[in-house]
Amino acid sequence: MCLRPGPVGAPPGHPLCEHRTLLCLGGGHVRQERDPGYVVIEFRSVTKRFPDGTVAVDSFDLVIPARRTTVLVGSSGCGKTTLLRMINRLVDPTAGVIEIDGTSVLDRDPVQLRRSIGYVLQNGGLLPHLTVLDNVATVPVLTGVRRREARLRALELLDVVGLDRSLAERYPSQLSGGQQQRVGVARGLAADPNILLMDEPFGAVDPIVRKELQKETIRLQRELDKTVVFVTHDVDEAFLLGDQVVILEKGAHIAQVGSPSEIIENPASEFVASIIGVERGARALHRKQTPTGTVLVDSAGRTQGVLVDEDRP
Amino acid sequence: MTWVLDNLGLITDLTVEHLRQSALPIVLGFLVSIPVGWAAFRYTAVRGPVLALVGLLYTIPSLGLFGLLAAALGISFLSETNLVVALTIYAVAIMTRSVADALDSVDRTVRDAATAMGYSPWRRFWTVELPLAGPVLLAGLRVTAVSTIALATVGILIGVENLGYLFTNGSQRRIVAEVLAGVVAVVLVAVVIDLLLVWVGRLVMPWLPRHSRRRAAARAARQAVAA
Repeated sequence: MCLRPGPVGAPPGHPLCEHRTLLCLGGGHVRQERDPGYVVIEFRSVTKRFPDGTVAVDSFDLVIPARRTTVLVGSSGCGKTTLLRMINRLVDPTAGVIEIDGTSVLDRDPVQLRRSIGYVLQNGGLLPHLTVLDNVATVPVLTGVRRREARLRALELLDVVGLDRSLAERYPSQLSGGQQQRVGVARGLAADPNILLMDEPFGAVDPIVRKELQKETIRLQRELDKTVVFVTHDVDEAFLLGDQVVILEKGAHIAQVGSPSEIIENPASEFVASIIGVERGARALHRKQTPTGTVLVDSAGRTQGVLVDEDRP
Repeated sequence: MTWVLDNLGLITDLTVEHLRQSALPIVLGFLVSIPVGWAAFRYTAVRGPVLALVGLLYTIPSLGLFGLLAAALGISFLSETNLVVALTIYAVAIMTRSVADALDSVDRTVRDAATAMGYSPWRRFWTVELPLAGPVLLAGLRVTAVSTIALATVGILIGVENLGYLFTNGSQRRIVAEVLAGVVAVVLVAVVIDLLLVWVGRLVMPWLPRHSRRRAAARAARQAVAA
């Protein structure tokens, strides 16, 4: 089913083949492979050893499907951010290949590559000496778009991410954390990249704003159809945003890859079960009969919802 | 006071000369210290030795430096060029550490974000790092400017006339008012230039909130006192 062949000589049962199967069985992806605008990111036996000897990423294989949100989730130090930063060459691998659309990123000029990929950082990562508008216009200006034009487009992007245009001439220090984060997203989208990398973008905002931004991200993804790679340590966020969720252990070893439902319904190991909390906490629900019907209660005894019959009118 | 009023023309001429002779070393010193300070910031292994060595330049006695420069550069001992070069060396000695500190003060995550956006290293340096180093750079530049303006008066010892003329002439002729007028004029020039720098700083760094400007100013003042 896969249209692009794997590496020559990859033995059957090679982890790569498994991921491929997974990808191809995913239905819609196969059709998209014929689409010229299709962007897939592929890690093949990627290893990153830092000069101090730590192995952040140890022989990592993954196919990131196009126009879907893939979330890398794991505790801090598991190598998830390193994986993300290898896609736009902020970090180069010690061994292995990372391909975008079949071309190794190592064959591309890092500066040009980064301009073609949107990147959203924690706290927005805005440049404090530029106004909101100039921050959003950064990448188009770098690629040679005239400043006037870039600013006009940036104004439209403020609308897209739900920011009032009156904020355009402010400096980042004059914005709230949530607003800064939205500017960060607008900047990531400004050059209309096919790929958007998001590195714990909502880690530093309060829970209410966080919820709001997560909802916005889902909306944007539906509207803009980007290939999103999202890094977080929050499992709930991963399940909320991800079409494909990759649960990582130390050294970026994959504990499980799958859709949120697949993972919750069938955790691959004790580790996965404990990290997603199926056995206890909010995801371990049991039925409780009440006079008006059946409700679902979590392990702490809090009622989480009502059980309804799907084919009820 | 009568002496001052009688000699206003002379004082004005000397002030203009003084400004001209100090401005060039301040600008040159700033420009030279940027690459040197950058190297000290960038290559941490040589940072200590480079900054120590450059800082030592400031301890060379000025008369000795005039003599050395005249011999080394083949210029006249009694020339304005000699003074300007010497003052530039002193300016570099003060400013280099400021440049290294200023670049160091730029938030790593901002530098990282700029790289991630696709800034080339060259462009990132000039359009992101240098502007963001601005507050600390300005603090250093203010100390350098004040120091250069005060130091320029030694020019009179090698026959270069500026406000220093009032010191030697006043001493020889025993006119205390003349010496005092020289001191006041130098201080005034230094204060005016300092205020000018603060004003320019506000103009070119509009993103700074008020309180951080005050902090930079306080830091500059502390450094000036220490110097």
